[in-house]
Amino acid sequence: MDWGAIFGNAAVELISPTTAAYALAALGLAVHFGYTGLLNFGQAGFMALGAYGYAISILTFGFPVWGAFLVGVGASIVFALILGVPTLRLRADYLAIVTIAAAEIVRLLFTTNTFASVTGSANGLSGYKNEFAALNPLAPGRYGFGPFENNAYDTWLRIVAWSIVILAALLVWQIMRSPWGRVIKGIREDEDAVRALGKNVYAYKMQSLILGGVFGTIAGMIFALPRAVVPSNYQTTLTFFIYAILLLGGAATVLGPIIGSMIFWVLLSFFSGFVARAVEAGWLPFMTTVQGGQLRFILVGVAIMLIVIFRPQGIFGNKKELAFVR
Amino acid sequence: MSASAIPHDSSAPLEPPVPTQKPIKTTGLHIGDAVPGCRKVDPILVVDNVRRTFGGLTAVDVEHVEVPRGAITALIGPNGAGKTTLFNLLTGFDKPDAGKWTFEGRSLSGVPAYKVARMGQIRTFQLTKALGLLTVMDNMLLGAKEQVGENLFRALLPFLWRNQEADNRVKALDLLTRFKLDAKKDDYAASLSGGQRKLLEMARALMSDPTLVMLDEPMAGVNPALTQSLLDHILNLKSQGMTVLFVEHDMHMVRHIADWVIVMAEGKVVAEGDPHEVMKDPAVIDAYLGQHHDEDIGEDSESETEHVSAVKELLDDER
Repeated sequence: MDWGAIFGNAAVELISPTTAAYALAALGLAVHFGYTGLLNFGQAGFMALGAYGYAISILTFGFPVWGAFLVGVGASIVFALILGVPTLRLRADYLAIVTIAAAEIVRLLFTTNTFASVTGSANGLSGYKNEFAALNPLAPGRYGFGPFENNAYDTWLRIVAWSIVILAALLVWQIMRSPWGRVIKGIREDEDAVRALGKNVYAYKMQSLILGGVFGTIAGMIFALPRAVVPSNYQTTLTFFIYAILLLGGAATVLGPIIGSMIFWVLLSFFSGFVARAVEAGWLPFMTTVQGGQLRFILVGVAIMLIVIFRPQGIFGNKKELAFVR
Repeated sequence: MSASAIPHDSSAPLEPPVPTQKPIKTTGLHIGDAVPGCRKVDPILVVDNVRRTFGGLTAVDVEHVEVPRGAITALIGPNGAGKTTLFNLLTGFDKPDAGKWTFEGRSLSGVPAYKVARMGQIRTFQLTKALGLLTVMDNMLLGAKEQVGENLFRALLPFLWRNQEADNRVKALDLLTRFKLDAKKDDYAASLSGGQRKLLEMARALMSDPTLVMLDEPMAGVNPALTQSLLDHILNLKSQGMTVLFVEHDMHMVRHIADWVIVMAEGKVVAEGDPHEVMKDPAVIDAYLGQHHDEDIGEDSESETEHVSAVKELLDDER
């Protein structure tokens, strides 16, 4: 059993761009669900818009990186408006239904063969990394140490990804301690009471939906940069993984989604490595390697269930809040 | 004044909730006879032909009613009379099928609830809406008007709103002290008792310096020990120049603090007048007891007895 490799591979995930992408998407959900009480089940749709918006802008239209970035962000703002205008005046559960359906519509639109020349259909898109790599100021070579050693491109990607996550976290931290954040948290508790105090609840919910959605979109771009854009990556399960990360870290916290994402990916990688090697070593004779690949999700599910049972407020959540759960 | 029991609560100490200060009644509010829909000397809220139906049921059908400025007006009526629906309509929380109404001369028809509140007409709710997982202080600060930091972009620049926030905090603390909630200011509002939440909701409403305070059953579910202080607070609103309109079932309270009473039944205003006079109006007795109150129709006997006892109490009080 090569424990060094198992732990090494798990440690890689601690700062991988994918972890950063999930952290940012979860931070967007924290704004939606944790702070505003909006049940957005379509975060995968926002991420897909970011990934495709970026990739298509570069591949089809030849936009520069910043242009592609703005296209993705613009698409997600339009998406948030389309979702929000009809549903934010209604009860919370309507938004949940509409977002989960809209995210699926987005994914299926990118999958359909009709637009294959632009979207690449089920095969997706690739070959859009050169523009981003061209911005890399680092000289070619190896950077970092131990499991965190990467080539120049990967290091550059990690620096950008985590800088964005840190900026987003600071932004959320600042606005949530401002009067704006107070209104948002008031809406989570009882929107009629906030309305009775003269606040335009609809506008605040819309702002929150757009802000969290834009975080999801940027997360989608970060998620796409180390791999290809494939529509099957943006299924509903992606949204549920992000919810798991959010609940793991603490729904109405700033650090929760980030640390939650790190724990989620390190655990996933650890179980994946451990199960694969345990099957090879014959520790699990009833299991094939393929079955072992699925077992990791079961183990992660169990780990998350344990955390939710024994620490339901999440890692960073305030225990006092739980005394008053309705 | 007889010392009869507090309605609907026989286990409570046997004394009516008398405010500690002697209320000074405002009189001479109306022009002409005190008939339903009569004109007021200085109305703050004027309602015309407001109608709201739910399917086949007409919940509210008010032809004309005026609420006098600078006075405490009680809106009473049996269950299902449409009092809360009228409240919701007037504050923009519900939309009427027809009708118009003005607040300080400005039309409020079709104005959304948040704009109504910004104009100075603040309401509270029958089921208290304290924002549970916000601290008592945050609840208060939320009530303040025209906050710079409530704009998403300005929220990012604390130096723009820090001073205003500090001022609001001083004001909130002052109000909390008056409502004896200052010791609780850093606790979650969810940890307050029902009565304290009512107080908090009222204090929060005052953060915006309203001109008209609309209280939906301020006494419902409040511990008798707290009712006195609540009554005092309502009287204080008047002495500070605010107009109060409240819905209440507690007839003692209505009698003690209201300057004017509007009685609703089946969606209509059936009587208006001075609290001592209006109870003698046959229309009011009909409204509470039903026009066939001497016949046993064997229906809804519990609420019937409740109403009978409420009216009897009032008649007793008169003697």
